[in-house]
Amino acid sequence: MKKLITVLGAGLLAGSALVGVARADELTITSWGGAYQDSQREAYYKPYIAQGHKITEAEYNGEVAKIKAMVEANAITWDVIDVDSATALQGCAEGALEVIDWAKVGVDKAKMLGADVSECSVPTIVFGTVFGYDTSKLKDGPTSVNDLFDLAKFPGKRGLQKNPTVNLEWALIADGVPAADVYKVLATPEGVDRAFKKLDTIKSEIIWWEAGAQAPQLLADGQVVMTSAWNGRLQTPIDKDGKPFKIVWDHQALDWDLWSIAKGTPKMEEAYRFLAFASGAVPQAEQTKYIAYGPANADAIPNVDPKTLPSLPTAPDNLKTAWNLDTQFWADNGDQLKERFNAWLSQ
Amino acid sequence: MTSVPVTPDSIMRAADGTPLKQKLAQAQRAAQMKALALIAPLFLFIVISFLVPIGAMLMNAFYDPDIHDQMPQTVAAIETWDGQSLPDETVFAAFVADMKAAHKAKSSAQIGKRLNYEVPTLKSKVTVTARKLDKIEAGPWKEAVIAIDPVWGEPETWATIKRASSTYTPFYLLNVMDLKQTADGHITTVEDNRKIYRDVLWRTLGISFLVTVITLILGFPVAYMLATVPQKTASLLMILVLLPFWTSLLVRTTAWSILLQDGGVVTQFMSITGITWLLNALGLISGEPQLFKTRFATVMAMVHIQLPFTLLPIYSVMKTISPTYMRAARSLGAKPGYAYWRVYMPQTLPGVAAGCLLTFILCLGYYITPALVGGPTDNMISGFIDSAMNQENNWGKASALGAVLLTATMILYYVYNKLVGIDRMKLG
Repeated sequence: MKKLITVLGAGLLAGSALVGVARADELTITSWGGAYQDSQREAYYKPYIAQGHKITEAEYNGEVAKIKAMVEANAITWDVIDVDSATALQGCAEGALEVIDWAKVGVDKAKMLGADVSECSVPTIVFGTVFGYDTSKLKDGPTSVNDLFDLAKFPGKRGLQKNPTVNLEWALIADGVPAADVYKVLATPEGVDRAFKKLDTIKSEIIWWEAGAQAPQLLADGQVVMTSAWNGRLQTPIDKDGKPFKIVWDHQALDWDLWSIAKGTPKMEEAYRFLAFASGAVPQAEQTKYIAYGPANADAIPNVDPKTLPSLPTAPDNLKTAWNLDTQFWADNGDQLKERFNAWLSQ
Repeated sequence: MTSVPVTPDSIMRAADGTPLKQKLAQAQRAAQMKALALIAPLFLFIVISFLVPIGAMLMNAFYDPDIHDQMPQTVAAIETWDGQSLPDETVFAAFVADMKAAHKAKSSAQIGKRLNYEVPTLKSKVTVTARKLDKIEAGPWKEAVIAIDPVWGEPETWATIKRASSTYTPFYLLNVMDLKQTADGHITTVEDNRKIYRDVLWRTLGISFLVTVITLILGFPVAYMLATVPQKTASLLMILVLLPFWTSLLVRTTAWSILLQDGGVVTQFMSITGITWLLNALGLISGEPQLFKTRFATVMAMVHIQLPFTLLPIYSVMKTISPTYMRAARSLGAKPGYAYWRVYMPQTLPGVAAGCLLTFILCLGYYITPALVGGPTDNMISGFIDSAMNQENNWGKASALGAVLLTATMILYYVYNKLVGIDRMKLG
C-alpha cells in the first residue's frame, strides 16, 4: 500500500516535472530562494552556464521530507540540493542523500571548513542566524538576545522563523542558561518545557516567517520591530538598497550550508561536475560580493574584498558570543521537537 | 413465394432464422455496450483519480510496515514474549541481528523514526545502538545491549516494538485523536502539551460553520434581490457577483493579506475615520487594531471567497418560484411578512440547503487562506496534513488526519440528509 501511495506520488511528481520540463542534460539545483539564491546565481550558475552547461533552478525551505518523498518514489526532480547541516545529517541517515566521493569533487578536503559535518555533503558557506532591527525606527536598539525576549524594554512584534531550531536555544540563553550548556539543558524534558515557557512570554508578539526572504521583508515593511534572520539576508538590503538595518551579532548561531546530491539521481556525473566547480576558491570568493556569508573553501579568503570581511559571520568581532548549532542534536531530536513546536503554535 | 418460416414450436423468428427474442436481446446489448463505452472514460477517471487515492489514503492510515519489514527476526522472536518482564536472550539476539543488518542498509534511522513516534528519544538511541552493535562480535547480547543504553532494559520499550510489529496499527488514528496506547494496551489521552488534533478538528468545523452562516445571512437578501429585480438590472448585478468568483482564490487571498496587514489600507482607513479611536474608547482594543494573521481575517477572506457558492444555488431556486404564490397568499389575507415567511421561504429551502452544504464542505478543506491571512491558531486540518507530509514526513499521520476529516464530513452529511433531505436539495 505504501508502494501504491508512492507510485501515486511519483505520478504527481512526474506530472509536475512534465510541466516544469526538465530536460535530460539539465541539472536541477534547489536552494533557498531570495538573496542567497541570487548570490549563487551570480557566483556559480552564470559562470557555469557560460562553460556550456545547463541548469534549472528550484526553491524550497529546507523540507527534508520533500527530498525523501522524491527519492523514495524514485522520481528525482532535484539533483543537487543546498541543505543546512541538520537536513544533511537527517537526509544522510535516512538514505535520501548520496555519500560524497571526494575524489570526484576534486578539491582538497582538508581545505574545506566543515567537511566533516556530514559524509553526504560538501560545505559551501558558513552563515549566522542573527537578529536585526531598523535603526530609523529604534534609536537605541536591542543589543543582546535578552532584548529579543524583553517586551517591556522593546514593545512590538518580533519576527522569528517558524521552526524550533535556534528559537529554543535563544529562549534558554535569554532565560539565563550559558550558551555552552544549552544542549545539555535542551536534552531534558524540563529543559524543553523551560524553553517553551520562555517563548510563551513573547508568543503573542511573534510573527512567524518561513522563507528566508520574508525576514528582511517584514522588517522593511515595518511589520516587526526586530526579526531573526540569516545574516546575509539582512546584509544584502543594507549593502544594496541602503536599508538602515542593524545586525545584532550577540549569540549568533553558526551553521553550514552544504551541497548534497539526491540519492540515485541519473545525473550523477553532471552533479559532481557542478560540485567541483562550486567548491573552487574563485567562485567561492566571488559569492561574498553578493551575500555576506563565509566561504567554506579556506583558499577563498585571501580573494575576499577586505571591506566585506567584517560583515561575515566568521569575523572575529562577530564570533565573540557565537555558538555552533548542534546538528547532531537536531538530527536526533528534531522530529519530536518539531511536533511539540507545531502543537505549541496551535494552542 | 417465401413466407415467415413457422417452426413447429411456433417461435417468432427473424429473416435469418434466429429467434426474434434473441435478436432483440442482441440489439439491446449493443446499445448498452455503446452507453457503457461512452461513460467508461469518466468512470475510469473517477476510479483512478478519486476512489483509488481515497482508498489508498484510508489504508495508509492503518498500514505500518516499517518495523515488520525492517526488524523481521525481532518481530518473529518477540511474538511469544509475555509482555511483562524483560524479554529473554533469544529476543535480544534477534534484535542484535536486525540492528546489524539495519546499520549496513542504513535503515536504522527509519526504525528509530517509527519507534520515536511513541517513545520520544528512541530515534537517536536506535541509530546509536545500531552503530555500536556493529562493532561487537559476540554475545551474551542482553547485557551488551542494555549496557549501550538502559532504555533497552525497560519492558515498555519492548512493548512498543511488539505493538509496532504488526503490519497494521491503530497508532496513527489514535494519534490524530490525541489518544495513545499504554504499555498494557489501554487507550488514554496524550499529555497536555501534545494535545492538538481534537482542537484542530473542532476549529475546522467551527470556522466552516461560521463562514456558512455568514454567507447565508449576506447572500440570501442579495439572491432575493437578483431574483426579483428586472432582468436587465439583474444581469448587471450578477456580473458583480461573478467577477470576484472568476478571480483566482490565491489572488483574492493575497489581496486580503495586503489590505489587512498592519499599517495597511484597512487599518489606515479605520484610524482616519475614527473607528480605531472609537474601538479604543470602548475598550475593545488597545492601540492599533490587529487584523492580519487573526481569526477575523481568516473568516472574512473565506466568506468573501465562499459567498457566490452559497448565493448562486439560492438565486437559481428563487428564479423558479412563481410570484403567483405570494399573490395568492396575499389575496387570501396574509400580511406581507407572514406570506413571505410561510409561503416564499419554504420554497427557497432546497436552494439554501444546497448552497450551505456546498460552502460548508468546501470550507472544511481550506488550506491556503488560513495559512496566508490567519495566524498559527487559525490553521485548519488541511494545514496539519501539509505539515505532516512536508515537514514531519509522516504519511501515516497525514492519512489518518485525512481519514478523520473524511469521516467527520460523511457523518455531517448523513445528519444533514436526515434533517434536510438530500433529495429535496436543488442547485437550480
